[in-house]
Amino acid sequence: MLEAIGLQSAEELFDSIPQNLRLQRPLNTPAALSEIELLYRFEQIARHNAGAGRISFMGGGAYSHYIPTVVDHIISRSEFFTAYTPYQPEISQGTLQAIFEFQTLVCQLTGMEVANASMYDGSTGLAEAVLMAERVTKRSKAIASSALHPQYAEVVRTYVQHAGIHLELVPFDEKTGQSWRSLAEAIDEETAAVVVQSPNFFGCIEDVAALSEAAHAKGALLVVTITEAMSLGLLRSPGACGADIVVAEGQSFGVPLSFGGPYVGLFATREKYARQIPGRLVGEAYDKEGRRGFVLTLATREQHIRREKATSNICTNEGLIALAATVYLETMGRRGVQEAAQQCAQKAAYAARAISKLNGYTLPFSGPCFNEFVVRGPVRAVELLARLGKEKGIDGGIALSRFMPDRPNDFLVCVTEVNSREQIDALVEALSKV
Amino acid sequence: MTTAKVTKHLSPNEQLIFERSQTGRIGYRLPALDVDKVELNIPAEFRRDDDLEGMPEVSEVDVIRHFIRMSTWNYSIDIGMYPLGSCTMKYNSRLNERVARIAGFANLHPLTDEQDAQGALQVIYELQEHLAEITGLPGISLQPAAGAHGEMTGIMIIRAFLDARDGAAASHRRTMLIPDSAHGTNPASAHLSGFSVKTIRSTSEGLTDLDHLRELCAHGEVAGLMLTNPNTLGLFERNIKQICDIVHEAGGLVYMDGANMNALVGVARPGDMGVDVIHLNLHKTFSTPHGGGGPGCGPCCCTKELEPFLPVPRIVKSGDSTFRLDYDQPRSIGRVKAFFGNYGMMLRALSYTLTHGNDGLREATEAAVLNARYIAAGLVEHYDKPFSGSPMHEVVFTDKRQSRKGVHTLDIAKRLIDYGFHPMTIYFPLIVQGAMLIEPTESVGRQELDQFIAAMRSIASEAVEDPELVRNAPHDTRIGRLDEAAAARKPVLRWKPAADLRG
Repeated sequence: MLEAIGLQSAEELFDSIPQNLRLQRPLNTPAALSEIELLYRFEQIARHNAGAGRISFMGGGAYSHYIPTVVDHIISRSEFFTAYTPYQPEISQGTLQAIFEFQTLVCQLTGMEVANASMYDGSTGLAEAVLMAERVTKRSKAIASSALHPQYAEVVRTYVQHAGIHLELVPFDEKTGQSWRSLAEAIDEETAAVVVQSPNFFGCIEDVAALSEAAHAKGALLVVTITEAMSLGLLRSPGACGADIVVAEGQSFGVPLSFGGPYVGLFATREKYARQIPGRLVGEAYDKEGRRGFVLTLATREQHIRREKATSNICTNEGLIALAATVYLETMGRRGVQEAAQQCAQKAAYAARAISKLNGYTLPFSGPCFNEFVVRGPVRAVELLARLGKEKGIDGGIALSRFMPDRPNDFLVCVTEVNSREQIDALVEALSKV
Repeated sequence: MTTAKVTKHLSPNEQLIFERSQTGRIGYRLPALDVDKVELNIPAEFRRDDDLEGMPEVSEVDVIRHFIRMSTWNYSIDIGMYPLGSCTMKYNSRLNERVARIAGFANLHPLTDEQDAQGALQVIYELQEHLAEITGLPGISLQPAAGAHGEMTGIMIIRAFLDARDGAAASHRRTMLIPDSAHGTNPASAHLSGFSVKTIRSTSEGLTDLDHLRELCAHGEVAGLMLTNPNTLGLFERNIKQICDIVHEAGGLVYMDGANMNALVGVARPGDMGVDVIHLNLHKTFSTPHGGGGPGCGPCCCTKELEPFLPVPRIVKSGDSTFRLDYDQPRSIGRVKAFFGNYGMMLRALSYTLTHGNDGLREATEAAVLNARYIAAGLVEHYDKPFSGSPMHEVVFTDKRQSRKGVHTLDIAKRLIDYGFHPMTIYFPLIVQGAMLIEPTESVGRQELDQFIAAMRSIASEAVEDPELVRNAPHDTRIGRLDEAAAARKPVLRWKPAADLRG
């Protein structure tokens, strides 16, 4: 082939790179491994992840749920996972129709009117929502509470730091663990976005409807964010409560924990704001014969057309993970999502009641919970949980002191449909012994 | 050699899942609730009362047939060559997929205590080391989830560095220079970081206009330059060192868009060229799958000087060879994503790096460039090639000759579908009228390249002999060209039950 293009050596392919800029030595990376060697190596490394094999009650933004076998099977189809962004609709209808169904499912679950084709995850989706609220309202203040997932708050802060938006964090109620009252009080005429997570970081459900009234009375947008999307199977949809933008982490819908990613951000809003949405949208379209198909649409919002005036810089999103969520939601369906949500809530209630009866343990917050709740233990949570892991092989939750140093004994417990009664009883038993 | 067009074959129709739904059907089974059911402490007004109406009710075989039918409507890398310029659609090894699914990684919670996640942190650390070696830039964060996210991270790092260096004076340094050939994400990311954008012209050779760059740099408010190299015309910016010097002398920094790193891995390193910060696209250069639009992974690599500004947490190795999370970085721009980024993509990229080995990485680069050059040579007689320079891993042509007969780039692209190929990137870069940007990658052999060239030549003849045939393409897909303008005028972005539509 070199000959065919008139070259003598492979080195000549790089003639346009000045000689002094070319690497004169081999890369200092390892020599090639065979398949056998590679798998062995990764399996050895994976053994150093003691946390992966344990009974787990960890949530806090990433959740263990049942994943039907069909999900991984379908997303492993070449035609889905080795396709590009569907810019050529005639040969991308599979991807496009799946996204259209994804957008519909997100609308149905959140009670909203339009949803995009996905964001990177819940945290970045939330940051985009705050930026969008600024564009819509032309105001520059965002209010959230310290019951917002701390990493979400950090991401929003990073994103808005140069957008002239001031992010204010108001305290939560120490008694209920909720923050909607303090949020409502903080809203003023400069407020672009009121951000409320429900269930919040402590697992407590907020009064979203009351907050919606307060926000709208001052002309602010209500942004509802959800880290545990399974709660949508049981709780009133944010749309029905009056939310203007809803952002959720979709990992609960058929996506493995995978040490934090890839996950998928769900992003939904009102129809009147459709042209302010960040990211891709798929819409219905017809060909000359009147056959229905789907296309990427309203692209004039996007970076490849609008450049610095785009609604966002996002290009690649989480297509395949959105597909996983779509397959999950269609397999579980109307009944399965509700049943899984109901089981989460019931099992969490069972666990909470049992733990609260233990000597030395209390539940510091009185607000209603879905499947996560805070427990205050007799000793420092970091030590208690470390012992539980080492001695009993149970990951008992997340020490809140990792995010809030003033709460040394508190930890966040999450229970889902994958935790059997036997596992919950083992947790309770283990807690009683440490 | 004969050019084989596609033939029609079975293409089952399939409704939307909502149209397939039948009340009472289920496709899942959960264990019976094994705790005593209690009245939940959740007030009625906090609960759903719509019974999730409209959500599908289908069986498992319904779901399987639904998606498998839809999958047959997609083109994919596994079906054939996918020569999208700037997108690097290379083969995605199944081995990488298997690695990402190893239970010890797939089932690991991101908030697991670091001593119980040493293996996961080791993977991040090792990949960081390899990418630092490949780019020649030692500071690195794998947190960004995609290319544009990595861009935003890099530009915010530049801003934080300038603010720290210049103090209040930095407020006058708010201009980001971007060539007119750049990806749209560049100006969008610059805007998100609070910069205004000034556009640099390209020369008639397709390279950055140095005089224009000097002129723009003379004003003093330049924060930096965002440059893709090789640029989006597939040409290596041979004056890169000089370009970096001009920007540096003006007090700015150089950001390199690493979308085209597939032309450089093992051959040349941005760090050696004077670049200060770059993002990589693991879903391009390092073969993690595109997945119909993501997920990606957009690591940000930078000089030692910029390292303190990288996102937190940093993943570092302690003296005793354990890995830990370092949050103690007071000058960091902050966190750009929850947890650690798209971890599953890091596993795949590390697997790619290790299966190729150092020599294999370079070999892939050579093959990618050779393939593009072979296409360039094969088509230059038939299509207008606007720049005479030797292309690297991708080559741009235009529709100049064909448009005289009323056949345009879009038509040529659609006609390629009838020949069994995915079209090239079209109408990008924006500075080339009727651009067709072709990137074959290293994942095609000579035979397939010859078939592609033959198809393109055949289309060039058709454009002369039967332009209408090309203008009406594609002819053998299950749907024809869709009315995108109508779709945007009255957008229908979700399914609704028939009754709602009537209302």
